[in-house]
Amino acid sequence: MTENIKTVKVRPQPKSETGKHIIIVRVQHNFGVLTRITSLFAGRGYNIESLTVGKTHEPNVARITIVVEGNERVVEQIIKQLRKLIETLRVRDITTVPHIERELALIKVHAGEEKARDEIMRLVNIFRAKVVDVSVDTYTIEITGDSEKLEAFINLLKPFGLKDIARTGVLALTRESAKEGLQEHKVE
Amino acid sequence: MPKKRGADIVIDVLLEEGVDTVFGLPGGAIMEVYDALFDAPLRNILARHEQAAAHMADGYARATGRVGVVMATSGPGATNLVTGLATAHMDSVPLVAITGQVPRNYIGTDAFQEADVVGITRPITKHNFLVTDIKDLALILREAFYIARTGRPGPVLVDIPKDITQQEYNYKMPTEKDVQDALPGYKPHYEGNPIQIKKAAELIRKAKRPVLYVGGGVIIGNASEELRELAELTRIPVTTTNMGKGAFDENHPLALHMLGMHGTYYANMAVYHSDLLIAVGARFDDRVTGKIDEFAPEAKIIHIDIDPASISKNIHVDVPIVGDVKNVLQKLLKELKKKPVEWVKARESWLKQIEKWKEKHPLTYQKSDKIIKPQYVIEEIYNITKGEAIISAGVGQHQMWAAMFYKYKYPRQFLNSGGLGTMGYGFPAAVGAKLGRPDKTVFAIEGDGSFVMNMQDVITAVQYRLPIKIAIINNEFLGMVRQWQQLFYDSRYSSVCLAVHPDFVKLAEAMGAVGLRATKPSEVREVLQKAMEINDRPVIMDFVVDREENVLPMVPAGKSYREMIVSPKQKGEAETMYLVG
Repeated sequence: MTENIKTVKVRPQPKSETGKHIIIVRVQHNFGVLTRITSLFAGRGYNIESLTVGKTHEPNVARITIVVEGNERVVEQIIKQLRKLIETLRVRDITTVPHIERELALIKVHAGEEKARDEIMRLVNIFRAKVVDVSVDTYTIEITGDSEKLEAFINLLKPFGLKDIARTGVLALTRESAKEGLQEHKVE
Repeated sequence: MPKKRGADIVIDVLLEEGVDTVFGLPGGAIMEVYDALFDAPLRNILARHEQAAAHMADGYARATGRVGVVMATSGPGATNLVTGLATAHMDSVPLVAITGQVPRNYIGTDAFQEADVVGITRPITKHNFLVTDIKDLALILREAFYIARTGRPGPVLVDIPKDITQQEYNYKMPTEKDVQDALPGYKPHYEGNPIQIKKAAELIRKAKRPVLYVGGGVIIGNASEELRELAELTRIPVTTTNMGKGAFDENHPLALHMLGMHGTYYANMAVYHSDLLIAVGARFDDRVTGKIDEFAPEAKIIHIDIDPASISKNIHVDVPIVGDVKNVLQKLLKELKKKPVEWVKARESWLKQIEKWKEKHPLTYQKSDKIIKPQYVIEEIYNITKGEAIISAGVGQHQMWAAMFYKYKYPRQFLNSGGLGTMGYGFPAAVGAKLGRPDKTVFAIEGDGSFVMNMQDVITAVQYRLPIKIAIINNEFLGMVRQWQQLFYDSRYSSVCLAVHPDFVKLAEAMGAVGLRATKPSEVREVLQKAMEINDRPVIMDFVVDREENVLPMVPAGKSYREMIVSPKQKGEAETMYLVG
C-alpha cells in the first residue's frame, strides 16, 4: 500500500458552473444590518455586482437583492454565510426560478445638435424610456427594465456622449405562478 | 419593581445567567458597571491587560464549557480585546464581552476614548450589539448569552454607552422566550436528517479503510462518549485535530493522534489511504488538509457539523449531516445497531496495516542526556501529572510539542489557539482555566516568544494566589518561524533570534511568583517536582532547551501528505525532505 504513494492521486471535484446569481435576503431591519452584509462580502472576497435594499410591507423587515457573479460553490458558500448572520430571516437564490427583474437608470446624455436630439428621441421611444429633464445641450432619460435592456440602451447612447448615469441596481420578485417551484439552496 | 441603573441591570443579567466570575479592567466608560459590581455577589478578576482578560475568559470557557465574560472600557480597552475575540471566534468559544462606550450624545464626535467598537469587532464576533435605548439593555444582554452558547458557539460583544449605564429604568427580566422571539432568524439546527444518517451508516458498513477525523466540535458538543462508542462498535481508528485533542482518549488502541501539518505519520498515512473519512465537528482547515486536491484522494466523506457553512466550504462532501454532533452520533449508533455488525471483521487487515505504520514511524525524537530536548520536558510534565492536568499552550513549536507528546484523555484538557494561532494565549488562558477548574493542576506550556507577549499578567495570578505552573520551552528563538526559515528560506534566520530575554527566574521573583530553571536533562524532573509542591502562587520554570530542534513530522504548507518530512536526516537542509513510503 505504501508503494502507490508516489503516484499522484487527486480528489474528484464536482463541476461548478460560473454565472450570475440573484439572491434575495430578508433581514430584520436593525441598525447596521446592511453593513454586516457588505462587510461579509468584503471580508470573504466575494464580489457584489449590485445590491439594493428597501423596506417591505412587514414592519421591521428589509429586503435586499444582491446580484453576484460566481461559480456555484462560491454562491452556495455566500448563501450559507448570509444565513449564518443572526439578523437574516430568509435567503433565496431565485436565479433558476421564473422571476421579474427590473432596474431603473437615469442617464444624462449630450444632445446639443438637432440631429442628435432626434436620434435620441427615437431610441427613447423604441426602448419605452422617458425624457425627464431637458437642457440646451442635454437630455436626462429615465429607463426601467432588466439589466440587459439597460445595457443595450446605454450602449446605443454612448456615441452621443454620456455625461452621467445613476442606476438603482437590480430588483427582483418571483412570479407568483412559479411559487411552487421555488428552489432553495439546501444544505442537505 | 423599583427603578434600577443600567449598570445594575447588567449585573442582574449576569447573575440571572449564572455568572460568578468576570474578567476585566475598569475605565471611564464602564465605571458605572464596576460601581455596581462593587457589592455584587460575583468576582471580577482584575487582569492587567484587556487582551489577557479576554484570553482568561476564553480559557475559563474552554475548561468549563460555560460562557466566559470579559469587560473593558471604551476605546483602547475595547480595542485590546480584539485579538482575544478573534481567537475565540475562530475556535468557537462562547464569550460575552461587555464594553463601555462614550455617552450617546458624544458618539461620532471623536470623543476621548471613543472607537467604533461594533464596527471593529463585527467580523470577529458571532454577533454584536450597540445598546441605544435602556429599554433594550436587559434583552440584548440575554440575547448575547443565548447566541454565544447555542448553535456553533462564539463570542458576542455588547457595547453600552456610559449614559445608559447611569440612566434609571423600571425593567423586567426578559425570559428565554422573549429572547427567542427577538431573534426570529436565529434557529440553530440540532437534529440530523434521518435520511442522511441512514446513508452514512450504509457507507460505514461498506467501508474497508475508514477513518474518523474528529475536531473540536466533539468537545464543544459533549459527544466524546458517543464518539468512543462509535469507534469501538465499528472498529474505526480515530485521528483528532489539534482542537479535537481530548475528544478521544489518546491511550486508546484505536487512537491515531493528530493529523495534518504536524500530524503523526500513521494518522496521515491512514487518512491518505482511507476509503471513507468521517469528519465529526471538524472543518477541513488548511493545516489539516494540506493540498486540498490530494487530501484523502480515494475517500468518500461524511461530514457531521452544526454549522451548515462549514460543510463543502473547503472540500466537497458526499454525505453532509447538519446537526448537533451528540444528537447525530446517537442516532447514527442506533442506526448501525439495527443490523448485526459482523462487517467489522473486515476491518482487521486495515487495523493491521495501521499498526505497521505505527511501528515504522512512531511519534519520537532524538533523545539526549547533554541537552534538554523540548519533547522530553513535555513527556516529563505528562509523567509528573499522570496525564491528568489541564494543559494550556501558546502558539509555535512548543504548542505542537505539547499537542504531540502529552497524551490527552479527556475533553477540555488541552487549550490552545488552534484557529487564529494567537501567540500569548497560553498563560492567560491557564489563569481562566484554573479559576474555572480549581480542582485541576493547570500547566501553561509556553514558548519564550509566546510567553513574553502576555507575561504582565503573572501579577494577576500572584494577586489571586493561583498555583499555575508555567513551563517556558526556552530556545531563545521564535522557533516555528526559525524552523520554516531553516527548511524553506535557506537557514536565513531573519528576526527570529530572542537572545535578549529577562532572567525569567528573577522576573518571577520580582512579580511575587516562584522562579526555577533547568539547563540539563537531569534537572528537568527536579524542577517539575519543586513546581508541583507550590500551591499558593504561580511558578515560572525556565527550561533551556535545544535551540534548533524541529517539530516533525511535517507536511509543508500547501503540500500533499505525500511530501511529509518524517525525520531530520541532515539538519538545516531542505533536501532532507523525502517522500514517505
